[in-house]
Amino acid sequence: MKKLLLLAVISAFLVFTGCTNQPKEEAKPEPAAKAETGKEVKAAFIYVGPVGDAGWTYAHDMGRKVMADLPFVTETNYIESVPEGAESTRLITSLAQKGYNLIFTTSFGYMDPTLEVANKFPEVTFMHCSGYKTAENMGTYFGRMYEPRYLAGVVAGKMTKSNIIGYVAAFPIPEVIRGINAFTLGARSVNPEAVVKVVWTQTWFDPAKESDAAEAVLDVGADVITMHQDTPAPLQAAEKRGALAIGYNSVMSEQVPGAWLTAPVWNWEAVYTKIAEEVHNGTWEPSQIWWGMEEGLVDIAPLSDLVPEDVKAVVNEKKAQIMSGELKVFAGELKDNKGNIAVAAGTEMSDGEMLGMNFFVEGVQGDTGN
Amino acid sequence: MIKFEKRKSTSKLFKTSAPFLAVLLALITAGFILLFAGVNPIKAYSGMLQESLGSAFGISETLLKSTPLILTGLGVSLAFRMKLWNIGADGQLHIGAIGATWVALYSGLQGVFMLPAMFLASFIMGGLWAGVAGVLKAKIRVNEIIVTLLMNYIAISIVSFLVYGPWKDPNGHNFPLTAQFADFARLTSFFNTRLNTGFLLAIVLVFIMYILMEKTLWGYEIKVIGNNQNAAKYAGIKIDRSIIGVLFLSGALAGVAGFSEVAGVQFRLQEGVSSGYGYTAIIVAWLAGRSAIGVLVVSIIMSIILVGGDSLQILMQLPVAFVNLFQGLILFFILASEFFIANKPVLLRSKQ
Repeated sequence: MKKLLLLAVISAFLVFTGCTNQPKEEAKPEPAAKAETGKEVKAAFIYVGPVGDAGWTYAHDMGRKVMADLPFVTETNYIESVPEGAESTRLITSLAQKGYNLIFTTSFGYMDPTLEVANKFPEVTFMHCSGYKTAENMGTYFGRMYEPRYLAGVVAGKMTKSNIIGYVAAFPIPEVIRGINAFTLGARSVNPEAVVKVVWTQTWFDPAKESDAAEAVLDVGADVITMHQDTPAPLQAAEKRGALAIGYNSVMSEQVPGAWLTAPVWNWEAVYTKIAEEVHNGTWEPSQIWWGMEEGLVDIAPLSDLVPEDVKAVVNEKKAQIMSGELKVFAGELKDNKGNIAVAAGTEMSDGEMLGMNFFVEGVQGDTGN
Repeated sequence: MIKFEKRKSTSKLFKTSAPFLAVLLALITAGFILLFAGVNPIKAYSGMLQESLGSAFGISETLLKSTPLILTGLGVSLAFRMKLWNIGADGQLHIGAIGATWVALYSGLQGVFMLPAMFLASFIMGGLWAGVAGVLKAKIRVNEIIVTLLMNYIAISIVSFLVYGPWKDPNGHNFPLTAQFADFARLTSFFNTRLNTGFLLAIVLVFIMYILMEKTLWGYEIKVIGNNQNAAKYAGIKIDRSIIGVLFLSGALAGVAGFSEVAGVQFRLQEGVSSGYGYTAIIVAWLAGRSAIGVLVVSIIMSIILVGGDSLQILMQLPVAFVNLFQGLILFFILASEFFIANKPVLLRSKQ
C-alpha cells in the first residue's frame, strides 16, 4: 500500500513536469538601436545576505542598479542569502546556464566555487569579490577600504572622551584585521591615548549577536562604536546607550540619527559599470582590481553635524593626503600590539603583505587568533 | 463547537496518506501566499520542477543534495523507531566531517586505503558523538533531546576552532579553510557533474538499514521497545544497551554524511559544512514514517523542493525567505497530520 502511494506521488510529480510549459524569461525591451556593436551584457549577482540588510549586500545591490541602467545591459538578476561554500556552486552554475554572461560573486567564501564554475563556462565572465584566485575568464575586485577606515578612525579618536572605542567585528580574517588596524592608526594619529577594543561575533549577519557584542564593549566604557558587520545593529545598540556610532558599508544615518558620525562606504557602481563596459566592448581581461579612494570605489561618508568643524578640517586634509599618495596608512615604523616592530621605519607594507595581514597594531585590544 | 477525541483505531489508508495530504495542503497554502506575492503558483511550481528535474544538471544536483539528507534521515529514523529523538544529526555530521578531514590531511595514508579510512573515521566519530547522549540516557536518564541538540553547537564550534586555528591552511592567506584534499581522498564524480559515489554509498546504506530494521531480530527489538518499553522489559530485552547502540548507529550514519560532504563535494573542511541537513533530516524522518525506503524517497522529494527553490529566486525574484517558509509549512502540516491521526474532531451540539 505504502509503496503504491509513493509511486503515485512520484508519477504525479513527473506528469506535472511533463505537461507544464517551461518558464519564459521576460527580457527587458531592447534599447533603441545603437550605432555601437558591442556585446549585450546579462549580469547576475550572488549575494551573501539579503538585499535589505542595509549594509554589505545592500551596497552591492545599489551598484547593480546603477549598472542596470547602462544601455547595453539588457538584464540583471541576483540571488540573495547564498551560503558560502559548496551550496553556491549549484547556484552559480544555474545562472551561467541561464545565459548570464557576466557573473559577480560578492563574498570571499565563493572563491573556489566561482573558479570551479568558471572552468566549466569559458564564454562567461566571472568576477569574484575579495579573493585571490583568477582564471582566463575570472578576475577579482575589492577596495582599499583601509583608506577611509583610517579617516573614520581619525573621527573616532577626536570624538571619544573615554578614549575607549568599541569595534564589533565578524571574523579575524585579513580584510577585517586590516580595517581594525587602519582605524586604530587613524584614531591614534590624533589621539595617542585612544585604545580600540575588538569583539568578535563570528558572523557577518546576525543583528542580535552584533547588538550583544556592542553591549559588551559599551559595558566597559566605550563611547564610540564602530563595526565590520553587515547590519546597523551595533550602531543601534550604541545609540540606545548614548554613545556615538561610526558605520560601515553604506550611510545609516536614518537608522541612528542621534549617534551617527560617518562611515567608510562602498561605491560598487564604480567597478560594476567599468566591468560591464569592458565586457561589452570585448576589452575585459582577468585582473585583480584593488581600488582605493582615488578611483572612487571607497570613500568616507559625509561627516554628520555632530562632528565639529575643526575635526572635519583634519579629516579633509588627511583625505587629500591619502588621495595624493602622500599619506600611506601602513608605513613604518609600526609596532604590533605585543610590542614587536611589524613594519620597519622607512618602509611600507606591500599589497601582498596587506592582503595577508594577521597581526594587530599597537593600540588594539583583542586577539587575532594567530 | 468542536472537540477532539482520541481515536480508538486509525485506518491504515489514512495513516499512510496523511503525510502526503499534508504536503499537498502545504503546497496549496504556499500557493495562496505566492498569489498574494503576485506570482502564478502553477508557474512557480513548474519552474521549481524544471530547475530540479528538467535537465541532467538539475537531476544531478538534486541527487547530490539528497545524499546528506538520506544519510542523516536514516540516522534520525532509526532513533525515532525507539522513540528516541536525535536532534543532533547536524552536529554528528560536523564531527564525521572532522574525522574524515583528519584522516585526509594528517594521517599520512596514501592511495586506495584513504577513502575507506576516511569513511570509518567519520562513522566512528559520528557514532561516539551521539553515543554520549546514549550513555547519558541509558545510565542516568538524561533527556536525549537536550543532549543531542546542545551538542550540535559544540560540534559546530569545534569546526570553527579547527579552521581558524590548528587546521588552517598555511598557504591560505589566513582565511578560515583547511587545505584541499589530495585527489585520492576525493570521491569519484560522474559525467562531469558534482554527483559522486557518495550517493551510491547512501543507497547501499538505505538497503542495509532496511534489512537491519525490518528483517533482523535487533530491528524487531527496537520496534518493540519503541512501542512499549514495559513489554520489552518483560520480554527480557536489554533496553539500556539498545539505547546506546541505536544512538551510536544513528550518529554514525549522520557522521558518514559529513564524510560524503567533505570527500565528495567540498574537498576541505570549512564552516557551514552542513546547510542544516541534520535539521531537515527530522522532517525527512517524519515524512518517511521512519522507514528506510521512505527516507530515500522523501529525501529526493525534499531535494526537489530545495534545489527547485533556486528558481523561485532566479526566475520569480522571490526572496530566499519563501523557500524557508515552504519548508516550515510542510513541517507544520505534517505535525498537524500526526495530531489528526491520533485524534478525531467531534462536533458538539450546544444545549438549548
